[in-house]
Parts: sequence; C-alpha cells; structure tokens
Amino acid sequence: MPQGDHIELHQKRHGRRLDYDERKRKREAREVHRRSKEAQKLLGAKGKRFAKKRYAEKAQLKKTLKMHDESTSRQKIDDDVQEGALPPYLLDRDQTQRAKVLSNTIKQKRKEKAGKWDVPLPKVRPVAEEEMFKVLRTGKRKTKQWKRMVTKATFVGPGFTRKPPKYERFIRPTGLRFTKAHVTHPELKCTFNLDIISVKKNPNGPMYTSLGVMTKGTIIEVCQGFHLCMKVLVLQHAANTNNETFSFYGMPLKVHHILCMLLSH
Amino acid sequence: MCQLVSPEGDHLGAALYLPQNVGPSQLQEIVNHLLHNEDKLPYAFYIGDEELSIQLGAYMQQKNANVEVTLHIVCQPQAVFRIRPVNRCSATIAGHTEAVLAVSFSPDGRCLASGSGDTTVRFWDLNTQTPLFTCKGHKNWVLCFAWSPDGNHLVSGSKSGELILWDPKIGKQLGTPLTGHRKWITAVSWEPVHLQAPCRRFVSASKDGDARIWDITTRKCIIALTGHTNSVTCVKWGGDGLIYTGSEDCLIKVWETSQGKLIKTLQGHGHWVNSLALSTEYVLRTGAYDHTGKTYSTAEEMKEAALTRYKKMRGNAPERLVSGSDDFTMFLWEPTISKQPKARMTGHQKLVNHVYFSPDGQWLASASFDKSVKLWNGITGKFVAAFRGHVADVYQISWSADSRLLLSGSKDSTLKVWDIRTRKLKQDLPGHADEVYAVDWSPDGEKVASGGKDRVVKLWMN
Repeated sequence: MPQGDHIELHQKRHGRRLDYDERKRKREAREVHRRSKEAQKLLGAKGKRFAKKRYAEKAQLKKTLKMHDESTSRQKIDDDVQEGALPPYLLDRDQTQRAKVLSNTIKQKRKEKAGKWDVPLPKVRPVAEEEMFKVLRTGKRKTKQWKRMVTKATFVGPGFTRKPPKYERFIRPTGLRFTKAHVTHPELKCTFNLDIISVKKNPNGPMYTSLGVMTKGTIIEVCQGFHLCMKVLVLQHAANTNNETFSFYGMPLKVHHILCMLLSH
Repeated sequence: MCQLVSPEGDHLGAALYLPQNVGPSQLQEIVNHLLHNEDKLPYAFYIGDEELSIQLGAYMQQKNANVEVTLHIVCQPQAVFRIRPVNRCSATIAGHTEAVLAVSFSPDGRCLASGSGDTTVRFWDLNTQTPLFTCKGHKNWVLCFAWSPDGNHLVSGSKSGELILWDPKIGKQLGTPLTGHRKWITAVSWEPVHLQAPCRRFVSASKDGDARIWDITTRKCIIALTGHTNSVTCVKWGGDGLIYTGSEDCLIKVWETSQGKLIKTLQGHGHWVNSLALSTEYVLRTGAYDHTGKTYSTAEEMKEAALTRYKKMRGNAPERLVSGSDDFTMFLWEPTISKQPKARMTGHQKLVNHVYFSPDGQWLASASFDKSVKLWNGITGKFVAAFRGHVADVYQISWSADSRLLLSGSKDSTLKVWDIRTRKLKQDLPGHADEVYAVDWSPDGEKVASGGKDRVVKLWMN
C-alpha cells in the first residue's frame, strides 16, 4: 500500500470522528476570518501575491454574478459575422485550404515559362535501373546487396570527396568519371573540348541528377573559353569511350581560346 | 441544290439551285428576302454544325460533297449590333472590407451593384467609377441579389436568411427586412416584367429547402413552395409564369405561381443540382431594355415592349431549361412538354458549377471545376467546343449581349473572354489578386464587372 494511504485506510475501517461534521462546518466558517486576517497581516512579497490572487477571485465572482443577474434591457445577440465569406455555390463545399505556396500566379508563370528552356529535346528512352546500376555484393559472406555501382558516364565536381566507403551506397568508378566534353556547334560545325561544370538535369529523375550521371538527354553546364556561360547541352551520344560527344543547342559561342588538349581525367 | 433551314428545323422556302460563287453575304440577302425582313439582319450559316465562311463552290470541293444531294443550310440569326471584347481594366474600385460575393448590372446597364461578406450592398457609379451608395442593414454576408427587370428595385438575400429591399436611386432600404427563411438564401429571381409591370413579386430559395414567393407591396411572403428535402440551390422564374427550382436532393421541381402548386418533378440527376438556366433568361433579366438604350416612362409601355421582346425571343418553341449538376453532367429539359430530359450533356470531368444560355438562345455554356468551359448547341444540346485555358476551377460565366463573346471568371483569379465564332480564347484578363467569385457583362455590352476574394470590384472596358 502506498505510504500516504494509511489515513484513508483508517477512515474506511473505523469511520470518522463523531463530531467531524460539526468541526468541519465551524472550521469553514472561521475560514473567512482567517483569510481576512491574512490579507491584513501579510507583508512584502507574500502580501502582494496574496492580494493579486484575492483580486482575481473577486473579479471572477463579480462576472459570474453579473451573468446570472436579471436585467431589464434586452440586448440582441448578434450572430457572428465570420471571416472568409463565400458565395452561395461554395458554401456547402469545404474547399481544402491549400497553402498558397502553389499560388495561381506561379502556376500561370510556369505555364508560360514552359517554353523558356525549350530545347528541341528528342524523346528520351527511360533508362532502366538494371541498366544504370550494377549490384555489388559486399559483406563477409557476400550476402549484402545494398551497394550499387553506376555503369554510365558520370561527372563529379572538382572538390569531390567520397563518402566513407562503408556507407556509400552509390559508387561512381573513376574510370567512368569525365571532366571534359566534346561540344559540337551546329552552325559552325566545329567541335570544342570544354570543361563540364555541372550536370543540370537528368531526364530519368532527380536521383540521377544528384549523382551526376550523364545519359542521353541530360542537360549539362559547360565552361566555354574563359566565360562561364550556361549552355543547354543535350547529350546525344554517350558511348563508353573517352570521347563524349555533345550536340549543342543554345546561344552562339564566343570563342576565345580553342583548347586543344587531350581528354584527361 | 440547297435547302435553307431555320434553327428549329422549319424550311425557309423551297429548295433552290444556287451557283457556286454564292458566299455567306449572298445567302444573307436571300434569307432576308425570303423572310421579308425590312432591315437586313445578319445571319450565320451552318452546314452540318460547321460554319460556312467561304463560297459554296469552294466548300463543296473541300468536303467532296455530293452535288446531287440537297444541302441543308441552317440559318442562325445573329445580333445586329456587335460587342467589342473588353481588354483592359479601367478601374479597380475598393470599398468592400470583405470578399465580394455577387456583382450585377441593372437591366438597363446604367447601375452596378455588388454584395459582399462585409454585410453591405454597394452601388457604384459607372461614369466616375466611384462608390455611389453603401447600404447597410444585413446582419451577415450578402450572398445573392437580383435587380427587378424594370430596374426600380433590388432585393438582396443574406446568410442569416433575411431579404432586404433597396431603392437603387437613393440607396435606401425600403421597409423592414423580410424574414421567413430559416437558413441562408441561395438565390433570388424576379417575376418577369411582361407578366406584371411594375414588378411586384419575386421568389427566393434557401438552404432550408423551401422557396418563397414574396410581394414587395405588402412586404409579405405570399406562398411558400415546400417539397424539397434538401437545400434549394437555384430558382428561376420562367417566362410563362412557372417557377423552376433545383435542389441538392437531385430533383428539379416546376411550380405554378398563383397557388404555389407543384406541377412536375424532373428527375434524372445523380447528385446535387447546382445551377439552372432558361433559354429566355437574358430577355427576362433585361426586361424591356435592349441595345437601343430606349427608356420607358410608364409601366404599360414597359410591359408591352418586354412582351414583344419575349415573344420574339421565344418564337414557337417551348422554353428550354438546362440544369448543371455535381454528377458532372447536364440535362436539357422542355418542362412544358415532357418530364423526360431532351438531352444529356456529358463530358465534364468535374462538377458543373454554372450553366448559362446565350442571349439569343442558340448556345449554352457550362463552367466546371475541371478548369474548362464547354460550349453546347442551345437547341439540340450537342457538344460544340471546349474552352481550356484556366488553371483552376471556373466559377461563373457571363455572355455578351450579342452572343458572340463569352466571359468566364475563375478561382485562378483571371477572367477570360472566349470568341464563339473562332472557338478560341479572345482575351485574357488578369489583374485580380485572388479568386474571382462573380462576373457580369453589362446589357449594353460596354463594361464588364467582376468581384472576388480580394475585396475589390474591377471594371473592364475596351
């Protein structure tokens, strides 16, 4: 039995004192005088606290009494005029309160902007995961199969550092990492060897974009001469050789420097 | 070998041999002559639902049509006047402190009124594009209102179930609010002026399931039309003195007005009936006023003028009724003839919110929450074209007075003007900051008014 229950246990077993009710009534009657004495006698911080509490109780009591009072004036209880007025055809429908992040202006702009990066992208065949990744078996008994090795050309930035080998899920082999690309200008009919800056978008999905995988239809940012320009390049041929040929659609090039270097990693 | 046919199917004269170089203008002359029209009225010609805009010979060649077969050419009369499409916002009038829920021009197109969630009805001066009167009196949102067809009164209904009568010329309330409904008012419709002038009676529909006919001179509810088991969403007073009510219990009921008896129940919809439209609606709304801008001094003159207009509009055909519903379809009814629908119009992918006949009754437009506005043939109910362009639910539509342009207001805060002839978007009117709840094209075709959640009333002009 918990230690404070002995009082209740005794009350259950033997009942209360015979004059309990009388004493209780008298004690409660004296309560009023006691409180008044406290209110007058308490000083300092204690007194202030007590006075505040007492005042709050007084205010509450006054409110309750007023509420229950009889009154001669009859005030009309106005129905609340709510916010968010709706026309009658929407009243019975609960429209979901979508966050205005996807506001209509953005939608409209998106509709217009759809043509902004309109490069004549050929229809890209979606690359299957089996084709893109090779499963690596790891572990002492070679039973774990959570690691994947990319089988297509990739680009990792210059400051790239691998994750701790124990935790990396996607392995990009150095043999498939490329830093430069052969870019063919369609009108000038000449090819340039340009540094890749980043992989902007892979049509197969955001995961491939983040990995830096370059497959057919990928949009890539390329450094041209000494200018850093955003070119929309579309990968036309991705052969597993050291030459990546990119067909180039975009703004006209300003050639400052023709880099005639061998492709290097 | 051609046979000219009217839109209802009557042959205009006998079959004629026409030379190959006959084009629409020559056909117009022929039709005007056949019908003995004094003024040359413009007509549009349709062969098999396609408009004829080139010469007959070229058309036959294009279609490789058989020269032996008699070609039926349907002649649709067009409005004599032409309305220019609005393309700019001439004024943005602020004033309401809550969303604007309804806007409407008076039947003569001279005044504009708007009702809002801030419980006021405001009248706007069209010449200076500033507020004219602010009418306070409602206790809750002003949900809907209607101008009387003679332009002398305006009655507005609120969310607390009361109706208030206003005098638009002085902007003051006439008498006390009319109470009787227990829940909010969903729609109001006046008795046509050709049945009674000056306008005395109107009918109001409410969420509590009944429609009530009120008399403004006695300020009492004359008859209560009960019968619906769920909210009555729309009510229309027809030109032949019948009242049509559409309700959330999927039924449309037809009532007669002298004693309030139920005549017919039109069943067929699978879900709420959202909106009703009558083929003569525009004429009933504008009463005696038309594009000529003539004013009438006495009530009898007005009544006669309205009656001639109504008769001309209606012709011999019975009044057609279209109902748009939450079950994504619409029905075309001829309530005076039969209980069965004449046609069922499917095609929308979401609920149909608003249906509206064109002023000449030839076309029918439907606005739906599937972001499209569809155009249908007003007589047969056949699908004609879909207007896509909005990026969110389309709430309300309005026709221009010559039936050549259609306006739609949507949740995506834009209004769009569509050309009926080319069936394409004519003008995009962005500018509102939030959803557009109500649109109206003035009967004289000069202005468009729109109001929405952004609390401003916008006036658009050419």
